[in-house]
Amino acid sequence: MAAGIAFLLNGREVRTSLPPGTALVDFLRDGQRLTGTRIGCREGDCGACTVLLGRLEDGRVRYRAVASCLFPLGDVAGCHVVTIEGLNHDGLTPVQQDFVSEGASQCGFCTPGLVVSLTGFLLEDPALETEDAVSAVEGNICRCTGYAAIRRAIERLLREARPAALAAGPEGRLDALVGRGVVPAYFSGIPAQLRELPAEAAPKREPADAVVVAGGTDLFVQRGPELAERKLRLLAHRDGFTGIWPAPDRLFIGAAATVAGLMESPLVAAVFPPLPGFLRLVSSTQVRHRATVGGNIVNASPIGDLSVILLALDAGIGLRCGARTRERKLRDFFLGYKKLDLKPGEVVAWLSLPVTRQGVRLHFEKVARRRRQDIASVNAAIGLEAEDGRITAAHAAAGGVAPVPLYLRRASAFLAGREVSPATVREFIGIAASETAPISDVRGATAYKQALLRRLLFAHFLELFPDRIGAGDLP
Amino acid sequence: MKQNDIFFHGRGETLYVDDLGGFAGLLHAAVLPSPVARGRLLRLDASAARRLPGVVAVLTAADIPGENQIGGILLDEPLLADGELHFAGQPVALAVAETPRQARQALAAVRLEVEELEPLLDPRQAAARGSLIAPPRTFALGDVEAAWPLCAHVVSGRAETGGQEHLYLETQAAVAVPGEKDTLRVISATQSPSGVQRIVARVLGVPMSQVAVEVYRLGGAFGGKEDQATAWAALAALAARALRRPVKLALERREDMRCTGKRHPYSSDFRLGLDAEGRILAYEVTFYQNAGAAADLSTAILERTLFHAGNSYRIPNLRATGYSCRTNLPPFTAFRGFGAPQAMFVLEAALFLAAEKMGLEPAELQRRNLLHEGDELPYGQKLANSRAARCFDQAVSAFDLEAARERVRAYNAANALSKKGLALMPVCFGISFTSTHLNQAGALVHVYTDGSVSVSTGAVEMGQGVNGKIQLAAARTLGTASRRLRIESTCTQRVANTSPTAASTGADLNGRAAELACREIRARLLQVAAARLGIPAGELDIRADAVLRAGQKTGLGWEELVQAAYMARVNLSAQAHYATPGIRFDRASEKGEPFAYHVFGTALVEATIDGLRGVADVDAVRAVHDAGASLSPLVDRGQAEGGIVQGIGWVTLEELLYSDKGKLLTDTLSTYKVPDIRTAPATIEVRFLKDAPNPAALLGSKAVGEPPFMYGIGAYFALLAALRAFRPGKPLPFSAPLTNEKILAWLSE
Repeated sequence: MAAGIAFLLNGREVRTSLPPGTALVDFLRDGQRLTGTRIGCREGDCGACTVLLGRLEDGRVRYRAVASCLFPLGDVAGCHVVTIEGLNHDGLTPVQQDFVSEGASQCGFCTPGLVVSLTGFLLEDPALETEDAVSAVEGNICRCTGYAAIRRAIERLLREARPAALAAGPEGRLDALVGRGVVPAYFSGIPAQLRELPAEAAPKREPADAVVVAGGTDLFVQRGPELAERKLRLLAHRDGFTGIWPAPDRLFIGAAATVAGLMESPLVAAVFPPLPGFLRLVSSTQVRHRATVGGNIVNASPIGDLSVILLALDAGIGLRCGARTRERKLRDFFLGYKKLDLKPGEVVAWLSLPVTRQGVRLHFEKVARRRRQDIASVNAAIGLEAEDGRITAAHAAAGGVAPVPLYLRRASAFLAGREVSPATVREFIGIAASETAPISDVRGATAYKQALLRRLLFAHFLELFPDRIGAGDLP
Repeated sequence: MKQNDIFFHGRGETLYVDDLGGFAGLLHAAVLPSPVARGRLLRLDASAARRLPGVVAVLTAADIPGENQIGGILLDEPLLADGELHFAGQPVALAVAETPRQARQALAAVRLEVEELEPLLDPRQAAARGSLIAPPRTFALGDVEAAWPLCAHVVSGRAETGGQEHLYLETQAAVAVPGEKDTLRVISATQSPSGVQRIVARVLGVPMSQVAVEVYRLGGAFGGKEDQATAWAALAALAARALRRPVKLALERREDMRCTGKRHPYSSDFRLGLDAEGRILAYEVTFYQNAGAAADLSTAILERTLFHAGNSYRIPNLRATGYSCRTNLPPFTAFRGFGAPQAMFVLEAALFLAAEKMGLEPAELQRRNLLHEGDELPYGQKLANSRAARCFDQAVSAFDLEAARERVRAYNAANALSKKGLALMPVCFGISFTSTHLNQAGALVHVYTDGSVSVSTGAVEMGQGVNGKIQLAAARTLGTASRRLRIESTCTQRVANTSPTAASTGADLNGRAAELACREIRARLLQVAAARLGIPAGELDIRADAVLRAGQKTGLGWEELVQAAYMARVNLSAQAHYATPGIRFDRASEKGEPFAYHVFGTALVEATIDGLRGVADVDAVRAVHDAGASLSPLVDRGQAEGGIVQGIGWVTLEELLYSDKGKLLTDTLSTYKVPDIRTAPATIEVRFLKDAPNPAALLGSKAVGEPPFMYGIGAYFALLAALRAFRPGKPLPFSAPLTNEKILAWLSE
């Protein structure tokens, strides 16, 4: 088998021997002169570099919009990479046409990213609702239009494309979209072409100093250019790290499961119904398609949304070294600022979430400067079990208030056995506050974070027990 | 359609500077910024950096062959630091290498020895120490002192507005390509091609004729590439000249955010006096503009602040004073509105305060004080064609202010932890560069023998649709189809001595110049047609590619006509120049008629505050806007909507934070947040004032780029109204942006 990374780029097969840590966007722009994929920020925050990544899954190609600035070239092996140029045919696609008709493009720099995001939405979204299409472009920043024309273009697009796309059913969606010119005809042949690509070589023994990359959505922000010069250990598609699987009393989440994977999982929705909704507050569509659960934890950001949610779900964490895996409670895994109970050679393999008969009631609160695609000033999650207003077990956590994603040990313990009442909530908040020590930074001053934490903790109870806690009980 | 940018935008086929290829031997440059906001550069050792692989050169101030000076209005800004360091981010050295990565690795290997000094960051402190860019200026009308005793109500206070990062999605970039005979071609992402040409020539010590500057388009600018694109182009030119190879300099986002100027922060004191009926009798305001470390455009921006101190209101006695304060932050610069938003915010704060004191809705005070025809403006101009009241009244009725108020009242009564508020925001914005000499433009039009047309002007397309407007005006004037016209890149060799594409005047000035050039060609073509048809030219017309007589086709079409003209040796090219008539301004008396006309409008803004979490949402902005006889409602609507959301961002979300050492902390998109599609109000409705042609501009149209930005200010006051609904009595802050943090502080303290 030939060396290098083999994949489909738009309509043709490509093989490259560039380092696997090369950012996909650099390969596209510098190597292939595909300049419709633009660099606006190199941190996954603007969406100008959005491309679609198609992978064979259960016989069908599934396309996901990703930020190519945060994507290691090594992980496109065996995939179909679609840039704006790969969508173009004579004239304009319906997405492009609607942007033109509604004046949804001014300076044009962000437009290809928006077109790609929306095309990915048309290819994959089951229901094609307008608000979900808006969500699909939450990660695409446009500084010119004020988004009103983009909204109008989206509405027009769905008016025109939705009926036929839905009528075709999931299996027929691609052909229906080819028929309408949303994607060029060559898309129909992609599944067969992908099957013919040479299989990826089994990973060789990676050197000990290899950089472990799961989603890479934070690594590429922090160490982008350097990654092209390092050996990588890519986990995103490695057996034993991916997927979500059930066990009798718990749910396992592979460390390389993506946030989007969690949101789409029927298993997750069945056990933790509100969770997919909360995950919409995490980053943007492009990043959620790539960011992993394990990565969010190992990154050890004191404000990681997933870390805080998983702490509230009383998660365990599986740490693998070679063939051995040991399990710890997630709350014991964070030792200090960016310091983890992770031994040399160990990687996070999975998270495990206890599943009880009664079911946990989960709530998540997050306040950032901006509602979407932003890092929280403070976030907070609580998972509790209650019977007739009496709490039997509780786990509360908060981010942005300590050097680590903070499990609120004493406050959680306090709740066990308590009746939900304004007095309980007040005391809980007081204990929780005493466990925290937020610092002043760009996400807010200490006093702000303290006040915000109190209010978010109160919001848990206001939302979970509206019959017991009212607005007037705000301490 | 296939001539227009937007067609290619959607396909990703338009090219920005960093997308351009075809430069054999291209080198990449990167800039070493000053690590301190104020200090002395004691030693710079690049020897290790120069030895790194791929590194071709590290250039410093000593390598500049001409003047190390890029200042436009004042000569106070070196291209590369020479001894003194005035702001964190100031270019100190330039590394040039085979790849961008190698150039940046070289920077990391440059050893700097710096003596850090205490920076001056606060404009009031700067003013107190006499650290000013220029002497203060005062605009005065009537007699403020005599008016105070007559006032029934007087309010005073302080208002602050923060800076704003442009966040054009295309970062600053330029490519410089050396040619024969010491010429240089610079492709720059600039709003000021001639400005770049002038400074590059100055820095290299060559005549301007040796430097050609070309601009294809900008990936957004908003003022941020009016003066601030120059340094990067000059640095690329310096390297290309020194190394005799093409050099590209494209800033990474963080470099761009750290090194380039932004909207000026202002701190202002106001005092407003009204009679018992709520009519403004006197207004006194002092603006402290944080200009940063160099003049850049600060004095012109401060001037526009003074011009717009009274916004859309009749103020018989006014005194507005402005201090442009020199500090150690990156030089602040032009940004949509150019000082006017800062002025309008202060007056709205004063009116809000007065309305609260008088127990009135702010809208009542606004309405009672609107400008009317013939009112004297603080700079002496008498207002003509006033549409202030028309726009205001139409907004009140079209958007049903009463019903909106009722909605808010009902919502607030029903919700303890969430409150709504609304505000009206009238805007009156003067059109013309306030530096009168800049109100000129040139155009060069060629008709080719196949009938296709090439139009060059001084306008730079940056997404504002100026090329489309020029195309429309030129096609209409010539009488041919739009599709035959190509609007060319902006190039100093085709159109010289261009004014920046700024001050909302791009289409007004350049469109007029193109129109004049097309008129000349049209007149010559009519002569050709007259000779050919044997009909007097005065009876002929060219429309829709056909020569007409009394509305009837003569059988002579465009292509045949053009061919005939060529065979008859008639000049098919024309150059034209336009200068806005009738404007003047005397800076000694601070009086004159600086504006060709004014743009009016009023917006109604509704907002909600989640009082539990302290989170703000702007729900709806509805505006009645005076676009004259719009040349392109689609383009003008886009300008209005985009301006509104940028304005909302400025007063709510976008916050620049600096360390106490003067270093920008919010230097990435993850820390400096601009509106996304969810932040933008779900409802934005812009209605254009009907039957409102403008006699003073191109085909009855009006400039549109900047005025709508200021509707966004209404979001601040809608949020204040929502805060007020939580708690009566407590003083409200006049300190934009009103971030979530400030909201929660107000609610919880």
